[in-house]
Amino acid sequence: MNPSPKPLEVHDLTVAYLQKPILYGIDFELEEGSLVGVIGPNGAGKSSLIKTIMGMLKPTDGYVRIFGTSVAKAIARVGYVPQRESVDWDFPVTAMDVVLMGRYGHVGWFRRVSKRDRFFAHECLEQMNMLAFADRQIGNLSGGQQQRVFLARALAQQSDLYLMDEPFAGVDAVTEKAILELLKTLRNQGKTLMVVHHDLSTAREYFDQLALLNMRLVAFGPSCEVFTHDLLQRTYGGKLTVLSEIGGRKLEEGPAVDRLS
Amino acid sequence: MILSLRRPSLALTFCGLSFLCPFIACADRITLGAEASWMEQSMRFWTFEDSSLRIIVCGSLLMGLNCGLMGAYVVTRRLSMFGDTLSHAVLPGIAVGFVFTQSRDDWGLLIGATLSGFVGVSVISLLKRATKLKEDGAMALVLSTFYALGICLITHLQKGTDGGSSGLETYLFGQLAGLSTRDLQPMVICLVLLVLCFASLRKELLVCGFDPAYARSLGLPVDLLQFLIWILLAFCIVSALQIIGVVLVSALLIIPAATASLITHKMNRTLILSGLIGSLAGVIGCFVSFLGQGIPAGSVIVLCSTTLFLTVLFLSPVSGLLPKWLSSRKKSRRIRLENTLKACYQVLEDKSFEEDFFDQSSLARRRRKSVAEIEGEVDALIRKGYATTRPRSTAQRHDLPSETILSLTPSGWELACRIIRNHRLWELYLTNQASYSSDHVHDDAEKIEHLIGERTVRQLERILSHPQLDPHGKLIPSQTDIDRGWVSPRN
Repeated sequence: MNPSPKPLEVHDLTVAYLQKPILYGIDFELEEGSLVGVIGPNGAGKSSLIKTIMGMLKPTDGYVRIFGTSVAKAIARVGYVPQRESVDWDFPVTAMDVVLMGRYGHVGWFRRVSKRDRFFAHECLEQMNMLAFADRQIGNLSGGQQQRVFLARALAQQSDLYLMDEPFAGVDAVTEKAILELLKTLRNQGKTLMVVHHDLSTAREYFDQLALLNMRLVAFGPSCEVFTHDLLQRTYGGKLTVLSEIGGRKLEEGPAVDRLS
Repeated sequence: MILSLRRPSLALTFCGLSFLCPFIACADRITLGAEASWMEQSMRFWTFEDSSLRIIVCGSLLMGLNCGLMGAYVVTRRLSMFGDTLSHAVLPGIAVGFVFTQSRDDWGLLIGATLSGFVGVSVISLLKRATKLKEDGAMALVLSTFYALGICLITHLQKGTDGGSSGLETYLFGQLAGLSTRDLQPMVICLVLLVLCFASLRKELLVCGFDPAYARSLGLPVDLLQFLIWILLAFCIVSALQIIGVVLVSALLIIPAATASLITHKMNRTLILSGLIGSLAGVIGCFVSFLGQGIPAGSVIVLCSTTLFLTVLFLSPVSGLLPKWLSSRKKSRRIRLENTLKACYQVLEDKSFEEDFFDQSSLARRRRKSVAEIEGEVDALIRKGYATTRPRSTAQRHDLPSETILSLTPSGWELACRIIRNHRLWELYLTNQASYSSDHVHDDAEKIEHLIGERTVRQLERILSHPQLDPHGKLIPSQTDIDRGWVSPRN
C-alpha cells in the first residue's frame, strides 16, 4: 500500500512505570531525512520516549513502527546513542573499541570484527576528529571527547534512523558545534534523526522540527511554527517565567536567536 | 643525602616483596629437622618427578588460570562482591550433596554446591525486588546466612558420621595434599568452557559489560549473557573449592584481575594477563606451601597473588607508584635547579651585569633562603656544570673573605637566560594578549617557565613581535643573546 514506509511511526503510545503513566497518547510520524528535536521539562518522559521506541520499555498501549515493522525486526537500521551516564567509565576499553562496537550489529554473533570494519571505524573516529585518542581508555577522555567517541560509534553503525538521548549534555562549545555539524551531515544524507535536547535557547536553531513533550505531545511541527510563547508555556507550565520570556521574545522578534547566549 | 629516608613508597614495596619471607623462613625451620634439606626439597618440586606432586602443581595451575580468566570479567563488571557471595552460598549445598550421596564423590557435592549457589543468587534478586534492601545489603545477608548454615550442617555431619571424619571441612579452607587426577576433571572442563565462551563471545561480552543500554539497542540479549557469566562463575568457584576453599576463592577471582587492570586498559590483555598472573600465583603458592609443610596452600596462593599485586602496584614501569614518585622527584629537582639559575641571573642583573661573578650570600638573599640552605642548591649547580667557584683574588674588592664566589659557566648562562626569557615572555603575553594586570602575572609565569618548550617560546615571540622589555620594564634576554653564548657582562 505504502511504497516507502515511514522511518518512525508512533501511534497512541502510552507508557506507565509502577502504575503511573509517564507518557500518554503520543502520536507522531517522522518523514525520511528529518532532524527532530524533542524538548520538554525534566521528567517529561523524553528519555522514556526514546527507550520505548527502542523497545526497552514496554508500552501499555499503542505501538511503534520503524520502517513499517517492529523494532526487533528493524533493529539493524536503528542507531541509539544513550545518555553518557549509563556507561561504566572504568571498563577496559579504548576509544577505538567503543567505535568498533558500532560495527557489531553488522558483524553478527560469534564472528570477529573484520579489517574492513576496523578501517571504517578508523574513518568515523577521524570524522569526529578523535583519531589521535583512538588508543586511550575511554574514562581518560574529557566529557566532550567521550561524546564525540559515542557519535563516531553511531556513525560507524550506518543506521537509517538515529535516536539520540541528550548528545549535547555537558559538552564544550567546540564539541557542540561538531555534533551539530554531524547531525546536519547525516540529515543531508537522507538519514532520520530524533534528538532529545535540553537547551531551549538553541533548540529552535538546531532542529528543523520540534516535538514539545510533557507526558503528552504538546506540539509537533516545524521549529518556527512550534517554538512559540503559548506552546512553550503549555509544555513547561507557567512556573518558569524565564522560559516563557524566551518564547515571547522569539514571538516578537522573530529569528533573533543569537541574542541568547 | 641521596639515600635519605624520604622513601615511604620504596619501604612499602619492600614490605610487599617481603610478604613471602616469613613463609620461606618458616619452611626452612620446619624442614631443618627432616632428612631432606631445603635445596633438595625445591629440587624435588621443580623436577616434577613425584607423580602426586605433578597432580598438585597441575591442580593449582589450573585453578589459578580458571580464577584469573573468570576474574577478569568479575572485576571489570564489578561482580567482586557477587563472587564472594556466591562462593559462600555454595557451602550448604556441599553438605546437602554429601547427605544424598553419602560419599565424598565429587560430582554429587559439586552439583549440590552449584544448586545451592543458584538458590543464593535467586534469594539476592528476590530480596532486591521485594524489599527496599539494596544489592550490597542483600548480598551481605545471603553471604552470612548461607555460610552460617553451611558451617552448622558440616559440623553436624562431621559428628554424625560413625567415628570417621567426612572430610568436608577441607572445603572451608581448601587442601592441596591428596589431590587426585579425578579432582582435576572439573577444573579441566571449566577451563574448556571458559575459553570457549570468552573466545566466541568476546565482543558481545565486551559491549554488554561496557554499555548495557547500547548492547540492548543492538538487539543483544544482555540478561542472558549476564546469566551465562553467573553460570561460568558458579562453575569456576565450585571447581576451585577443593583446593582453595569457600572463604578464599573470591580473593583469587579478584586479585589477579585487579593486578592485570593496573597494567593494561584493554579487555583482551586484561583477560590474558589475569590468567597468567593467576596461574603464576597458583604455582608459586603451591611451591611455598610445599616447602613449609603444614601451611594451607590456599592461603599461600592468595598471599602470592597479593605480593604480585603489590609488586605491580609499586614497580610497574608505566603507572607504578615508585616510577611515578621518582619522576615527580626528578621534575621537582629540575625546577629547583632552574629556580636557582634564575636567581643567579637576577643577582647578576641587579649588578647591571658589571661583574661576571657573585657571592653565595647574595644568591641566598635573592632565593629568600639561608646560606646553609642555599649550599645544597649551589652544590647541585656545580655538580651539573652550570656554575664554577672562583679563586678569590679576582674578586677581592667588596666581598667578605670567607664568602664563596661563583660564576656561571656558558651552559649555566644559557639555561638561566632561557628560564628568564620564558618567565618574562609569558608575563608579557598575559598582560598584552590576555589583558591581565601586570602585578598578577608573576605567579603564573613562575609555574609555566619550567614547562613551555622551544616552539611555544618562538610562537610567543612572534605573537608579541619580538619584544625587548617585560611588563615590569626589565630586559628579556633574546635568542641571539643565548646563542652568542656566554656574554661577558663587561662587554
